[in-house]
Amino acid sequence: MITEKTLKQTMTNDLPKDMSRHLPDSLNSDLRSKMMRWETLLMVFVVIAFFTNIQLSPYFLDPWSLSDATFNFTEKAIIALPMALLIIARDIDLSVASTIALASVAMGFANTMGAGPIELALIGMGVGTVAGFVNGWIITKFDIPAIVVTIGTMSLYRGIAYIVLGDEVYRSYPEGFAFFGQGYVWGVLSFEFVLFLCLAVAFGILLHKTTFGRRVYAIGNNPTAALFSGINVKRHRLFLFTLVGLFAGVAAVLLTSRIGSTRPSIAMGWELEVITMVVLGGVNIMGGAGSIVGVFIAVFLMGLVTFGMGLMNVPGIVMSIFTGLLLILVIGTPIIWRRVLTARKMKSKSGN
Amino acid sequence: MDRPVLELRNISKTFPGVKALDGVELQLYPGQVTALIGENGAGKSTLVKVLTGIYTPDGGDILINDEPVRMQAATDAKRHGISAIHQEAVMFDELSVTQNIFINNQNRNRFGLLDWPLMRRRARTLLEYLDVNIDPDLPLRELSVAHKHLVSFASALSINSNIVIMDEPTASLSHHEIQELYRLVRRLRDEGKAILFISHKFDEIFEICDRYTVFRDGQFVGAGEINDVTQDDLVAMMVGRTVKQIYPKIEAEIGEPVMTVEGLCHPTEFADIDFELRRGEILGFYGLVGAGRSEVMQALFGLTPTSAGSIILNDKPFNPRTPGDAVDQGLVYVPEDRQHQGAILSLPIFQNITLPQLGGLSRSGFIDMAREFDVARQYATRLQLKAASLSENVENLSGGNQQKVVIGKWLATNPNVIIVDEPTKGIDIGSKAAVHKFMGELVAQGLSVIMVSSELPEVMGMSDRIIVMHEGRIAARFDRDEMTAEAIVTAATGA
Amino acid sequence: MKTTSIIGKLISHREWLLGGLIILMLVGVGSAAPFFVGTANLAEVFDDTAILIMLACAQMLVILTRCIDLSVASNLAFTGMCVALFNVAYPETSALVTVVMSIGIGLMLGAFNGLLVWLVGIPSIVVTLGTMSAYRGFVFLLSDGEWVNAHEMTPQFLALPRAAFLDVTVLSWIAIALTLVMFVFTRFTKTGLSIFAVGGNPKAAVYSGLDVGKHQFITFCISGAVAGLCGYLWVSRYAVAYVEVALAFELQVVAACVIGGISIAGGIGSIWGAVLGAIFLGLIKNALPVIGISPFWQLAISGLVIVLAVIVNSRSEKRGGRRILREAHQ
Repeated sequence: MITEKTLKQTMTNDLPKDMSRHLPDSLNSDLRSKMMRWETLLMVFVVIAFFTNIQLSPYFLDPWSLSDATFNFTEKAIIALPMALLIIARDIDLSVASTIALASVAMGFANTMGAGPIELALIGMGVGTVAGFVNGWIITKFDIPAIVVTIGTMSLYRGIAYIVLGDEVYRSYPEGFAFFGQGYVWGVLSFEFVLFLCLAVAFGILLHKTTFGRRVYAIGNNPTAALFSGINVKRHRLFLFTLVGLFAGVAAVLLTSRIGSTRPSIAMGWELEVITMVVLGGVNIMGGAGSIVGVFIAVFLMGLVTFGMGLMNVPGIVMSIFTGLLLILVIGTPIIWRRVLTARKMKSKSGN
Repeated sequence: MDRPVLELRNISKTFPGVKALDGVELQLYPGQVTALIGENGAGKSTLVKVLTGIYTPDGGDILINDEPVRMQAATDAKRHGISAIHQEAVMFDELSVTQNIFINNQNRNRFGLLDWPLMRRRARTLLEYLDVNIDPDLPLRELSVAHKHLVSFASALSINSNIVIMDEPTASLSHHEIQELYRLVRRLRDEGKAILFISHKFDEIFEICDRYTVFRDGQFVGAGEINDVTQDDLVAMMVGRTVKQIYPKIEAEIGEPVMTVEGLCHPTEFADIDFELRRGEILGFYGLVGAGRSEVMQALFGLTPTSAGSIILNDKPFNPRTPGDAVDQGLVYVPEDRQHQGAILSLPIFQNITLPQLGGLSRSGFIDMAREFDVARQYATRLQLKAASLSENVENLSGGNQQKVVIGKWLATNPNVIIVDEPTKGIDIGSKAAVHKFMGELVAQGLSVIMVSSELPEVMGMSDRIIVMHEGRIAARFDRDEMTAEAIVTAATGA
Repeated sequence: MKTTSIIGKLISHREWLLGGLIILMLVGVGSAAPFFVGTANLAEVFDDTAILIMLACAQMLVILTRCIDLSVASNLAFTGMCVALFNVAYPETSALVTVVMSIGIGLMLGAFNGLLVWLVGIPSIVVTLGTMSAYRGFVFLLSDGEWVNAHEMTPQFLALPRAAFLDVTVLSWIAIALTLVMFVFTRFTKTGLSIFAVGGNPKAAVYSGLDVGKHQFITFCISGAVAGLCGYLWVSRYAVAYVEVALAFELQVVAACVIGGISIAGGIGSIWGAVLGAIFLGLIKNALPVIGISPFWQLAISGLVIVLAVIVNSRSEKRGGRRILREAHQ
């Protein structure tokens, strides 16, 4: 908030007296209200999905059932948070699911060497971080589009998992390790879910309140102008890729702990669902716009719909039709809508 | 008098926030060269895009041989016999010279396939006609800027068009190449083609044009025979006031050197750049488009690495590796391309202004919004920014106000050297005067300014000293009392 | 200076470099296992690579226009399932009708991608990521998750790609014919030239009266049609249709293009590059078991090759600024 006092001080200190006219900070109709519209719409859908699920199953409202429902999406949601930042900064990482596979295989391997639960988690996160850093390093060092590089590493990381594991399975993780993916912190609140809530708050603050977040928006809106404004664009991008890798590693720890085994095909196709969550949350796929609140709501919407389809015994592969078409719809609708609006504006203008 | 082959009546074109063309008219006659004159932002380039079918006008009529025509795509222009040589070489670097020449009117053989041998022969003939020795099989990217221009000339000639539009064709050519170009223009004219020659260099207008049309701020001001007017008449029409009023040079106290550049080199873009910048001075950099001025400035700002040379800034060795380094040392750069490099159009004004110094407006990484708005408000007021609010996106502002945001953003960092690259390109006259006035105030406060400009009146009107660059090197230096337009232009064109 | 310029030249003549690498690989593997370089085996390897070659040629056109089509493998699986089920339902249908049908279905799926890119203006990566997943789901809806096995298909349906002509399979001949058609299309038609132009410099393309979106649409249609054709050929050659047919195959297709020097930034590439890139990958795949490496290495190797190839591409595509200094011209 701007206090009247600081305002007066600047006015009197730095400005000639005759320049009393100044611009308002913002108008009522500005930005914020516009930005909130998408989130409101998402909330409406969440409510609809919620009540549909109540209709579908009498057990849906049971706290334990609700808690179970969160496991479906929490790990993906945890990757969606840094992915939102990355996409806002005009980049993308298609290799996150493969990073999970790589990290999970690394943990499985470390387990056979006798690593304890904490070491396993650190290894999973470490491998994820390194994988993300490698993506970012190649992309920024050689100035190559993120899409191609991460298509390559998507294949590379999962390929390494296949080399290590082939058609084998890693099992028998230590008992303590199960806590990350199966443990409860308080009543029905699982460790995973609480971790996600904390991270959502942290990422919200990081993106919306800090200089780092502001620079992310600047880079996403215009990387050249950001560079010309003295921002070290490459370093920021590298950091974001590493961050996404780290949280892919976190997701790998949670997922491996939850299902208690590792196959090289683990988390196959997750990159699509993560990106759909982010885009559904109102993040512009071309970069520059989006909010953590939107992604947060979108995560729940996806979770509820998936859960509802599960209640109706819809098989997983059919849900992929839903995810795929949803992705296109969510990006396409605003574009068409905007075009209709401008067309209408033009019409009313020429009518005058 | 002949009937005009092309006539525009009451053409208008509006963009969000700008009325680029406001009921303009234009006539082109066969066998005559018509000059289209106007300042940057007068609507010349928009008119070219209307004539070539890239923009559809909001209103008005286009008549060719007295028949109204509709121009909705570039192919329509071609069909009506209009070809254009655009200001920026809009061509295809990866395609061969032949492919570029025939990009939209190929010859086919009897199988309906493209007949490259025939087109290669035709390309050779066209290039011979232009008196230039270029291998038609070379990829375009291997050609120099001047040769690329000639290829686009050949492409325009390959369509047997009656109307040829040339949008500032001499902007990046050397003296010799310009003479060649004049010869060509005269030859086309003598073949009966109607030529629209866009330029703001008066010497060439008087040298080769027969008629003139003047635009100002998107409006038609006047037209007639070039023999009936003097240069002063045209200037008066163009700017609507005399030159003296536009450049309110404030005499500032010039002090000790702030920055010394010695032997600065780049492998391909510039070499042996030496100069000194003094406190309270405006140092002008003049040259043709592509003379290497922006490249030097971007090296000083840490955007391009140099291969040799040294810089002393504020008595300390200065070796910027990123723009951040330069900003920290008090050197800032207002780039030429405001929309892509200068401002972040889709972000609000206040965020643009505070972007370079967010660190100073935050506590352990958290932005102090109140202080941020204070700073933004302070500079918005100081630059007399016209906007609805500080949270308005920069894209909604006029060109001049956008430039004020960019300048404000850098002033907020308290620099002592500010480099401005084409500071008034494409902004309206009012904002132009404001920017010039403001530059005067800056040096009066003890800042030093380097101004890169391709507008001779601006460079001469504002600078204390002028450095002229040609082909990546310093070609001449002038103090204020020894500047003459002829000497500066001669140095810049390498004549 | 001189050595770097020679390397630069070599890199810019990507096809030669790649051709040399392929010969080197043949010599290497051949010296370890001579049967590998026998004509019969090479024909078999080519037959095994034919589908990849065709898809890479079509993908190249899409990439030239600055787009990407990740839905080709799902399109292939869907079309393959369609024609397989059709064959089960109407066994008397001739193979030619099946071919036409597969091309038609593939074309429609490709056109759907293309329309979304052209008219709605959604980035192609998003569109095809979405349809990749959706088309794959349609296969399940169509088949209920069941397999269509060899014994359910008619002999005619199965015979076409395997029939041999001059010791080379019809599948291989189709790939060769398609490659030649693509070559003529890219070099000797207006549309082919325009595809290079709109990808190389979209802005200049508009100035030249070329519709960027329309050409992107055309390439998506071609990519879809070829994927459809390959759907039939795949299902027929391997004599089975199921949901996971050619899963993740789009990655190999993109890899083949990237290895073949087709710039992901658009406008640069040649059919020969795409073909050689595909052959390179096909050789690796077939050579691995011969030299005793588990097939599980294949995914990682193609990933690594994609990454290395884009790095090499990016270096050879980097050109300096305007080259203002006179000396620099020489």
